[in-house]
Amino acid sequence: MRAALGRELGRKVSFPVSESDIRRWVLATWYPAAPPRRFWDRPTAELCAPEDFNPFAWMTVPPDGAEPDLGRGGYRGPEQTLGLESPATTSMINGGRVASYGEPMRPGDVITSVNRLTDYFEREGRLGLMLFTVSTDTWTNQRDGTVKTEVTTYIRY
Amino acid sequence: MAATVTVGTEVPEYVRTTDLANWNRYAAVNDEFVPIHMDDDAGRAAGFPSAFGMGNLLWAYLHNMLRDWIEADFAGNGRIVSVDLSFRSPNLRGQTVAARGTVTAVREEGGATIVDLDVAVVDRDAPATVLAPGKATIAVG
Repeated sequence: MRAALGRELGRKVSFPVSESDIRRWVLATWYPAAPPRRFWDRPTAELCAPEDFNPFAWMTVPPDGAEPDLGRGGYRGPEQTLGLESPATTSMINGGRVASYGEPMRPGDVITSVNRLTDYFEREGRLGLMLFTVSTDTWTNQRDGTVKTEVTTYIRY
Repeated sequence: MAATVTVGTEVPEYVRTTDLANWNRYAAVNDEFVPIHMDDDAGRAAGFPSAFGMGNLLWAYLHNMLRDWIEADFAGNGRIVSVDLSFRSPNLRGQTVAARGTVTAVREEGGATIVDLDVAVVDRDAPATVLAPGKATIAVG
């Protein structure tokens, strides 16, 4: 598995971010309170998404000729993507995340994500031996501006 | 601007009592209909007392705390530079969680005030239970 470190796990391109996408997102994350007006009550040119907004939910632009990836959601281990034998684990939790933010996402932006496998390691935990899998996701917009760099650790056991 | 923020300044809490109403809404926008977040049996099968909330939503709550603070104290003139959060304990059904932050450093950089914080999402009724500790940096002004 270590031989796979550094390999690309996935590349996604969002459909253009819409005002409605942003409004729904902030309504869900601020629920049951009203979100700040800057995320829903501004002219389109002034509207921006909050830093935690996910433009890839539900469906992304399929590569030429491919079927769309519909509603799969959840976590897919890198081994499945890379054609490796999957570890003998039954559960997965999100262990943590480090994100650095650059240009904000605005209506009309098309975001590209490139995700790479960064690290594997094991630790003993409350639920036994656990496999930590670290990936790094880099998001850019249509102007090649960096939107976000995010390092995520998933824990499987 | 920097004069209003000093080391030790506490960010107003962001508090939510969490259950399926919160989690289903988040699942709907984040395509995160995962059984452990929807179904108590699935949560128990994963080793927890019930279904539990998404780490991603705690992540959002932490960002919302910072954003609300930027809106209230800096008239919206600021941005979140970075957030580092570890997910240590599950967000169980009915739990009231609070996102909190304390300023650890303030510096001027490139015409902006950079503010570093220790942050955490805790069980508000049992603050020793830290669901997600971490660090964050914002730029204001």
